[in-house]
Amino acid sequence: MKGSKPRNRNVLPGFGLSLGFTLFYLSLIVLIPLVAVFFRTAELSWPEFWSTVTSARVLASYRVSFVTAFAAGLVNAVFGLIIAWVLVRYRFPGKKLVDSLVDLPFALPTAVAGIALTAIYAPNGWIGSLLEPLGVKIAYSPVGITIALIFIGLPFVVRTVQPVLQDLDQETEEAAVMLGAYRLRTFRKVILPELTPALVTGFALAFARGIGEYGSVVFISGNMPMKTEIAPLLIMTKLEQYDYAGATAIALVMLVVSFLMLLVINVLQWRMNRRAVAD
Amino acid sequence: MMKKLTQVRSVVILLALALTLAACGQGGGNAGNNRETNQPAGESTPSNAAPEQEPKPPVELLNVSYDPTRELYVEFNEAFAKHWKAETGQDVTVKQSHGGSGKQGRAVIDGLKADVVTLALGYDIDAIVEPGLIEADWQSQFEHNSSPYTSTIVFLVRKGNPKGIKDWNDLIKDGVEVITPNPKTSGGARWNYLAAWGYALKRNGGDEAKAQQFVAELFKHVPVLDSGARGSTTTFVERGIGDVLLAWENEAFLSINELGPDKFEIVYPSLSILAEPPVAVVDKVVDERGTREAAEAYLQYLYTEEGQEIAAKNYYRPISETVAAKYAEQFKALELLSIDKDFGGWKEAQTKHFADGGIFDQIYAPGS
Amino acid sequence: MAGAITVHASDEAARRPKPITESGPVKWILIGIAFLFLGLVVLLPLASVFVEAFKKGADVYIDSITEPDALSALKLTLLVAVIAVPVNTVFGIAAAWAISKFRFRGKNILITLIDLPFAVSPVISGLIYVLLFGAQGFLGPWLDERGIQIIFAVPGIVLATVFVTVPFVARELIPLMQAQGVQEEEAAASLGAKGWQIFWRVTVPNIKWGLLYGVILCNARAMGEFGAVSVVSGHIRGETNTLPLHVEILYNEYQFSASFAVASLLVMLAVVTLVVKSIVEWKTGRQRPIG
Repeated sequence: MKGSKPRNRNVLPGFGLSLGFTLFYLSLIVLIPLVAVFFRTAELSWPEFWSTVTSARVLASYRVSFVTAFAAGLVNAVFGLIIAWVLVRYRFPGKKLVDSLVDLPFALPTAVAGIALTAIYAPNGWIGSLLEPLGVKIAYSPVGITIALIFIGLPFVVRTVQPVLQDLDQETEEAAVMLGAYRLRTFRKVILPELTPALVTGFALAFARGIGEYGSVVFISGNMPMKTEIAPLLIMTKLEQYDYAGATAIALVMLVVSFLMLLVINVLQWRMNRRAVAD
Repeated sequence: MMKKLTQVRSVVILLALALTLAACGQGGGNAGNNRETNQPAGESTPSNAAPEQEPKPPVELLNVSYDPTRELYVEFNEAFAKHWKAETGQDVTVKQSHGGSGKQGRAVIDGLKADVVTLALGYDIDAIVEPGLIEADWQSQFEHNSSPYTSTIVFLVRKGNPKGIKDWNDLIKDGVEVITPNPKTSGGARWNYLAAWGYALKRNGGDEAKAQQFVAELFKHVPVLDSGARGSTTTFVERGIGDVLLAWENEAFLSINELGPDKFEIVYPSLSILAEPPVAVVDKVVDERGTREAAEAYLQYLYTEEGQEIAAKNYYRPISETVAAKYAEQFKALELLSIDKDFGGWKEAQTKHFADGGIFDQIYAPGS
Repeated sequence: MAGAITVHASDEAARRPKPITESGPVKWILIGIAFLFLGLVVLLPLASVFVEAFKKGADVYIDSITEPDALSALKLTLLVAVIAVPVNTVFGIAAAWAISKFRFRGKNILITLIDLPFAVSPVISGLIYVLLFGAQGFLGPWLDERGIQIIFAVPGIVLATVFVTVPFVARELIPLMQAQGVQEEEAAASLGAKGWQIFWRVTVPNIKWGLLYGVILCNARAMGEFGAVSVVSGHIRGETNTLPLHVEILYNEYQFSASFAVASLLVMLAVVTLVVKSIVEWKTGRQRPIG
């Protein structure tokens, strides 16, 4: 029933208008400005470019950025799903509050989030001081970066899953129950497949956002080269030395990698959609 | 249903209106600015300075500065506005922009219409010279290498100095944690680094390999590298991390007074560096806007008795001898290296130490 | 498709028949996990913002949010949101319509391009406009001759914000409209409804919750954006500082309480939008007959 494929010869109007406007707007706001990055990078010769983007410190910073963003994305996918589920399916006191809390990471400037999280998780902070005697270090370590990215990315997952969960067809679930399926099985076989596209999107967005995050991370990471230095910080470092070409070179690599990853995820999701329809 | 429809429609109409207005606003600004005048704030000053006799329209200056000078210029701008009004009858408002020194220099290069820049390093002003915004001889435009006040690098330690830190070599003792910002992103941190380098060089009879070893060891004692001076201060003061903070003298005084006179104290090392934060008029901008006269008077005023007094009150070392004598107690005399004499100027220091692949980068190269 | 029309308001969903909900303990464990997680990750930082904001008392709090620089920052922030949010809403709807209702080549690339601003580091989002419109940039000299200031002025701040918030509405609508498919619109079309009629009467009622979420998120992010705006703002006090930048300035002046007070103002702006959302939900929920 749901998710039926749009037909090829569509009876619906507005294709030209909506696609035309979409392309025009994207080009103007996103594509043309991004092309400037390519042009600036082109000032470098190929060997210069290569040595800039593959120096040991830059490589280490990619690793820090990607690993922490991936971890944060996973954590958010799991807990974001639980939160969305709880918000859609249950009634409980304080529900409206929880619902509003979810959006707040968007509203808080990233720098404030970074400062607040650092204050809490630093060795003399509310939580940091509890963990310090146990030898657990959160602020100024990759764990701290991950926590900042979880904060930044949480709304992406919840808010992508929530509307789809709300729209989920009750009848299908009922049918599954009538056929004698257990709750967990219903969830796995009926609900999860319906949610997967949204969940994957949410994860991808949280992940992608995490890779580029700067404002909150610089406070909590400690910025130690090779260990907790993130790629966007290196871009800033290059800019500080008036090295635009070097900065855009790193930016270009991040851009291309993010684009490819998002593309892969979108294609995968599209495949899954199609399979779900075929079923 | 219909009611809702009209509601949505009116929202759309409002939206379109807002967009048109925004577009008009931009277009209007454009039309009004057809001449050479080109200001950030629509403040309109004719490009040819009006004859002296007429009462002049109010003038607005933009001072683009680095982080630690905020308090200084709040006070100074007020004093200057009073002085200028008394002298010429003209109202002057000075707007401030603060940030990391390099970042601010870059903003001016990229088109931030600063009338004057007051940055942390000559290197950042030299960078603005390159695209032709400032004349190459800026350093001789004002007295004392265009540096109306100076500062130095000192140690801020926790009250009672529990780790017994007295000099640079105490920083690399076991168990001592040092807080400094990253020299690649912070102007102040470059002074820190060079002071340490100069100390090690002197102690080892000019052996550069030993000096490099010393700074490498020093940075192994750094647990957190913030991107700017104020970030480091917060890490040290608020988060309670580290045993010693390498800081501008003025920042050290300020943190003690603002954040806890009973918690910290200043330690003067045996040798430090003379930090000369320079000032310059941005020639291209003041000529375009016709604000040269006010801009030059503004910077010149930093050298007057009153300007020097304000600098000293904000913990910058004054260059005027009378004011310096008055504040002699506050500013301890100590042996200071000079960037020009001991390091061959900023260009050389930058290439050797801080450029990509320079000595600082080698400290963090894997396997070192 | 009955589900799509009826089960929107979350309270509706909460009253589900027994067999398709979880047992009591499972339910409460899940709720507990949600609370704990949100508490640790979101509530605690927020609480610390408010604790810091009121550390020096309510007087300092009120002074710091009514001081002229804070007010001008507030005004600028609202202006930026008022321009960026509607523009991106229109874009989001158009993009979601094209993508979910039609088949065409390169759709995945298009979706990915829409996502891209999420993945672009805020540092870069600001930088690209500097590269384009800065005095050393591609269009800078041309603009300068004509006396047009884009970066280090309001237009640049608006552009950077628009860039950062491009995907929000579109991203919220695409999965939703894809899940809903095209039958309802096609049915309306076969009954002779015209384009805009189909859109307003069939599509909008179906997507309005997703749309509302999208707009709220877009708005929150537009008001809170820090990194990109910081690159293009020029940080002129009382002129090109938005609220998030003003927070940073105060923090850097060691006025921690004032800084967190202004930050809490941003939180409260977000709360206002959420309250508006709840009111809209409640009103329309009551107006609309169920089923």
